[in-house]
Amino acid sequence: MIAAISSLTLLGLFLGLVLGFADRIFKVESNPVVDEILAMMPGSNCGQCGFPGCAGAANALADGKAAASVCPPGGKDLAMALAAKLGISLDLSQVKDAGPQIAHVSEEICIGCCRCIKACPTDAIIGAAKQIHAVIREACTGCTSCVDRCPTEAMTMQPVPVTVQHWVWPKPVAA
Amino acid sequence: MGFMERIFKQPRWGVHPDDHKRPAADAPLRHLPTPAKLYVPLVQHVGAPARPIVLVGDKVLKGQMIAEPGGNISAPIHAPTSGTIVAIGDVTAPHPSGLTLPAITIESDGRNEWIPCHGVDDPFSLPPEQITKITAAAGVVGLGGATFPSAVKFNLGKRLEVSTLIVNGGECEPYLSSDDAIMRGYADQVIDGVRLVMHAIGARQALVGIEDNKPEAIAAMKKAAEGFDNIHIRPVPAWYPMGSDKQLIQVLTGKEVPADARAAELGVLVHNVSTCAAVHKAVRLGQPLVERIVTVNGGAVKNPGNIFVPIGTLVEDLLAFCGLKENPERMILGGPMMGTPLPHSRTPVVKGASGILAFNEAEAAVPDAGPCIRCGSCSKACPMGLLPLEMAAHIRADDLEGAEAYGLQDCIACGCCSFICPSHIPLVQYFNHAKGELYSQERAKLRTEATKRLAEARTARLEREAVEKAEAAAKRKAARAAAKAAEAAKLAPSPDKGRDGEGFAAASPAVMAANPPSPPLSGGSPDGAETAPTPEGASS
Repeated sequence: MIAAISSLTLLGLFLGLVLGFADRIFKVESNPVVDEILAMMPGSNCGQCGFPGCAGAANALADGKAAASVCPPGGKDLAMALAAKLGISLDLSQVKDAGPQIAHVSEEICIGCCRCIKACPTDAIIGAAKQIHAVIREACTGCTSCVDRCPTEAMTMQPVPVTVQHWVWPKPVAA
Repeated sequence: MGFMERIFKQPRWGVHPDDHKRPAADAPLRHLPTPAKLYVPLVQHVGAPARPIVLVGDKVLKGQMIAEPGGNISAPIHAPTSGTIVAIGDVTAPHPSGLTLPAITIESDGRNEWIPCHGVDDPFSLPPEQITKITAAAGVVGLGGATFPSAVKFNLGKRLEVSTLIVNGGECEPYLSSDDAIMRGYADQVIDGVRLVMHAIGARQALVGIEDNKPEAIAAMKKAAEGFDNIHIRPVPAWYPMGSDKQLIQVLTGKEVPADARAAELGVLVHNVSTCAAVHKAVRLGQPLVERIVTVNGGAVKNPGNIFVPIGTLVEDLLAFCGLKENPERMILGGPMMGTPLPHSRTPVVKGASGILAFNEAEAAVPDAGPCIRCGSCSKACPMGLLPLEMAAHIRADDLEGAEAYGLQDCIACGCCSFICPSHIPLVQYFNHAKGELYSQERAKLRTEATKRLAEARTARLEREAVEKAEAAAKRKAARAAAKAAEAAKLAPSPDKGRDGEGFAAASPAVMAANPPSPPLSGGSPDGAETAPTPEGASS
């Protein structure tokens, strides 16, 4: 009994040590740039960039396989931040940035089919079967995943309304 | 103040614009007759908007709460007169953007009837928390213009054990004299308010800083403060921006508020004289903040002066009461240095409105900006010791981080740099623009983080739902099997029938499996439900 317990304990300790060292010695270095880029991405994995999620896009960016303007929901700001991070020049004339946008449900057309709810990566749409849906503005990332799912074209993208809280003084015209 | 004193006492920062305070400051205080309609915005304070608690058509009395605080940092809104709620909708905000704010519109019934108000006779016997509570419920916010909810500040002061209360009677903005008016006319209320605030935050002494261009106010306050050893009236040089809390703290206590700290961490807390008077009204009389003194001044005004105005009065009505000499070229809410340009006169007076200025053409003229000649006047004038010319150069080139490295976030937007600039460069506008941009970038970053959390929450939800679905399916299956087994047991005679009685719903498959009737366990499936020991159960 004691021999069995001690031998198994020793075996366990030995194997644990081996695994611990193996983890340190054979560690796969992940690219720190990828992690940093990933932290900048919206993280909703909406797939509009054509890569498998934000991590895929971050890998492609780090490998130089994607342009800084890869992320449509990120918009101009993210493109500029990514270009600065990666030290690449960026031609913003190609970026069609209509400013930040969010989804909007036309209540007279919505039939309450729940398809958009299933498509939303951030659970920003509320509603139930045969109940008119609505978008929670604060949670919508403007990824457009829901727009194509809507069978009645009730879902449209609209610019984020400017409110007193969001308004920014215009830059003075330089003399 | 003597010549030598002026040389030694004069701060090394700031500017000294012509104050234009008189004759408006010397005119007697007037009361505005309640206008027919009042437009009370739900955002009159820093923090979350208030939530309306009345419906269109409701009758309200003066002082009745019509909107409750919308969060921890927020303030309630009270009806400024008695009447009927006729609309809850958008009105033009007293804001440079000309955008709208949600507001409650009240049609006055002309009676101006108060709700029953219950003041406290001996507030100093109450615990300090109670004073804070009453202040919060009365919707008192910083009336100097910052409109930070006062009760939140009391709590902060109490928590950080503030020893000195600084009462801001500086009113350094040109043209304005509303604080002057309240100190001249209601010094007793102000001093009582100061004592209440000291009680609420646990401060040992109060320093009342009043600019020396208000000798009448200093005399009135000194008289009112007689007999209170811990309240000191301190005249300070009339110098812009003396009414800024950081500068006033420095002049009165010699302490400089560090860039990354709050004044309360130095053991001082600043409150405006008008705020103190509002605290007095809230505690002693039980009256919420529904009116304030507004200075109406400027070259286009016929009868400038200080006026008691109900919150929510349109600027239009107020200017009509004072009379206009000409069509104002520009209207400003607040002072000319830091005030808000108004898009038009159909905007309401809010809690933070210390003045309404209507400027004529000469006063509103803005000279064309020239190139920077690097004279350094702006950095000499900057009360925060920054380099406005360098910051503006970075912002002009859209290098906001560069401007931040020069201390952009320490800028108090006092406008000294723009005032003093010989090239008339709108420096402070650059800083306001850059601060707004940086803030929106910060918000975008927070949004990205929130998105990530939401996406993770959704993944977790989908997983949880999958597990729940599987569990529910298993349960249904088990229930079905159990029902079937029970039915079979009822039909076919079995040894445990009498023991279980009618309660077959409670009889779990496991119990039934423990008393195996004939035939014996087939041993095919490990699932208890599947091996329910009846002929039908085994065959199904």
